[in-house]
Amino acid sequence: MTELGIEGALAPRALAKTPPRKRAKGRPVWEEPPTKAGQFGKGTVIAVVLAVVLVPLYCVVLTSFSTQGAINRAGGLVLVPHGLTFDAYRQVFENSTVTRALEVTFGITIVGTLISMVVSVLCAYGLSRYRSFAHRTILMTLIITMFVSGGLIPTFIVVTELGGYDQYWALILPNAVSVFNILVLRSFFAGTAVDLIDAARIDGAGEWRILWSVVLPTSRAVTAVITLFYAVGYWNTFFGAMLYMPADQQKWPIQYVLYQYVNLGMTMPGVANSGYGGIHQQSSPLSLSMAVVVLTVLPIVIVYPFVQKHFAKGMLTGAIKG
Amino acid sequence: MAAITTGGGGPERANALTADAARTGALAAGPDLDLGVPEDSGFRPAPRRRMTWRSRLRRDKTLLLMTLPAIALVIVFNYLPMFGVITSFEFYDPLVGVLHSQFIGLDNFRQLFGDPLFWTAVENTLAISAVQLILYFPVPIVLALLLNTVISNKVRAFVSAVVYLPHFFSWVLVVSIFLQMLGGAGLLNTFLIHHHITPWNVMTDPGTFKLLVTSQAVWKEAGWGLIVFLAALAAIDPTLYEAAAADGAGRWRRMWHITLPGMKGVIILMLVLRLGNALTVGFEQMLIQRDAVGHEAADVLDTFAFYYGIGTNNYGYGAAAGLFKSVISLLLIYGANRLAHAFGEDGLYRK
Repeated sequence: MTELGIEGALAPRALAKTPPRKRAKGRPVWEEPPTKAGQFGKGTVIAVVLAVVLVPLYCVVLTSFSTQGAINRAGGLVLVPHGLTFDAYRQVFENSTVTRALEVTFGITIVGTLISMVVSVLCAYGLSRYRSFAHRTILMTLIITMFVSGGLIPTFIVVTELGGYDQYWALILPNAVSVFNILVLRSFFAGTAVDLIDAARIDGAGEWRILWSVVLPTSRAVTAVITLFYAVGYWNTFFGAMLYMPADQQKWPIQYVLYQYVNLGMTMPGVANSGYGGIHQQSSPLSLSMAVVVLTVLPIVIVYPFVQKHFAKGMLTGAIKG
Repeated sequence: MAAITTGGGGPERANALTADAARTGALAAGPDLDLGVPEDSGFRPAPRRRMTWRSRLRRDKTLLLMTLPAIALVIVFNYLPMFGVITSFEFYDPLVGVLHSQFIGLDNFRQLFGDPLFWTAVENTLAISAVQLILYFPVPIVLALLLNTVISNKVRAFVSAVVYLPHFFSWVLVVSIFLQMLGGAGLLNTFLIHHHITPWNVMTDPGTFKLLVTSQAVWKEAGWGLIVFLAALAAIDPTLYEAAAADGAGRWRRMWHITLPGMKGVIILMLVLRLGNALTVGFEQMLIQRDAVGHEAADVLDTFAFYYGIGTNNYGYGAAAGLFKSVISLLLIYGANRLAHAFGEDGLYRK
């Protein structure tokens, strides 16, 4: 007999029972001392890995702050700081396409994340009570969509026939529910101490109250992580814009603008007129492009450290399922 | 009861079970964990069985209400499109809609299977998948093994924080960064030209495109892939290592006999997922770079459906390509699970 194991595997089974491997400050006594060559090799590999991730980011940030002179000297991306300026950013913020795109993207991210979180948290809690009515049927209905999909074009047809063309909701609602995120939330909600829930119920709390005052406060880490996942998803909206609003520049999110300027090499309006022949000659299009890149990453990099520490705590059980 | 052992259990279920019992006040002696339907406990008189069903509905109506928004969204945006696949048997006309478009049977599929561009897309998809399986898949495992041997908590935390980060970047951003590094005017070529070596624009070279997209995937996702394997490593009982060391096993033998077997389940699970998703190879990634390297190298099944479906207003044709992909994907998931079961592992679902 086959039984779907997804939720079982999502449950913090092995992890919850055996406490996470606690590392002593030093090396365990039974472990042999490390060899010089081994330590050197390890250090090198880790340094290379870090460099591969960080050096490109460093170059991008540095170039966005560089003068045309520094960029010409380097012949492209700047590796060594030489002549710094905020000009690129000044120009980007004078560029209505970019500022408009940032506005749109912030709007989509905030509204979308709010919708996604409300819907997902409610659904996860509604399914978290073991043996509640029809919860297995509902779970299956959700899980099936992880493996079977109508595909790109039928989805496009459904959204456009519902009138989603050129509408912001077409960027939000079709992907508002992530079944994976619901499963992660659900497995955490289900792990909330039963005593607490029972105590609240005896005190007269209903389900809404229990969710708000008992379950959510005890699941802060996982809620933060899932919020980040949704928010990043909306912030990175790209294809939706290409699909549903390719013509209306006023509605382009920042990723689509970045694609137009950096990947397709389109010149930014306003810059094309004044950038090459006019007064703004000192700031090259490259530093402008890199400034847009930096602005696109910035919100993620700002929020990331606050949530990152929860990944291990909050995501491990869920991540087991990839 | 036997039923208890069949459930995929864990503390979650046990807790919920006690909660349930406490709430209903019923002494559920033989809960059936598989169906979620309370078995007759034997303590209750027979007529109450139906009452139980109804009272459970009444008891859980708030919970059910909470799931409604999610169900509504999933039905509209996931299930409706599933029925929308009938467009692949139609000459879909946006003006008259799915229901009134002309039905043309298997014509779309006949045309599809005779289309050399389609077979190029299939070939590219499989080739990129294969390259990624060989060159991408082992990277997070090796990184996790390496990071696991680092004693300092601070170093581990810092390294993982750094390597997780690119996962949260969009493909547009990742390609932009690669463009600046490896493109015609990028860092690599500036260096090559400066040293009088023939420049090599990696971003527009169709010959090495598979390696390029794989390296992009490694840069963006390999770090994130760590998280799963690190979790598996953390779950290994440290006393096993101590015992093995006491028995004279060196660090390599411990890795071979304790660490790797401890990771086996997760490795096979990730492999199953990878194989099941073999036809999904970075849609946005290909889309963004298609113009630069040309469609012969960059077209995969998803981009094919997009360009020859939506791009040319031949929706039914694109939907047919999409349906082909969905059906093969399901077969792959099934096959990969059979493989996992053959290895004695759970895979995606249990046997």
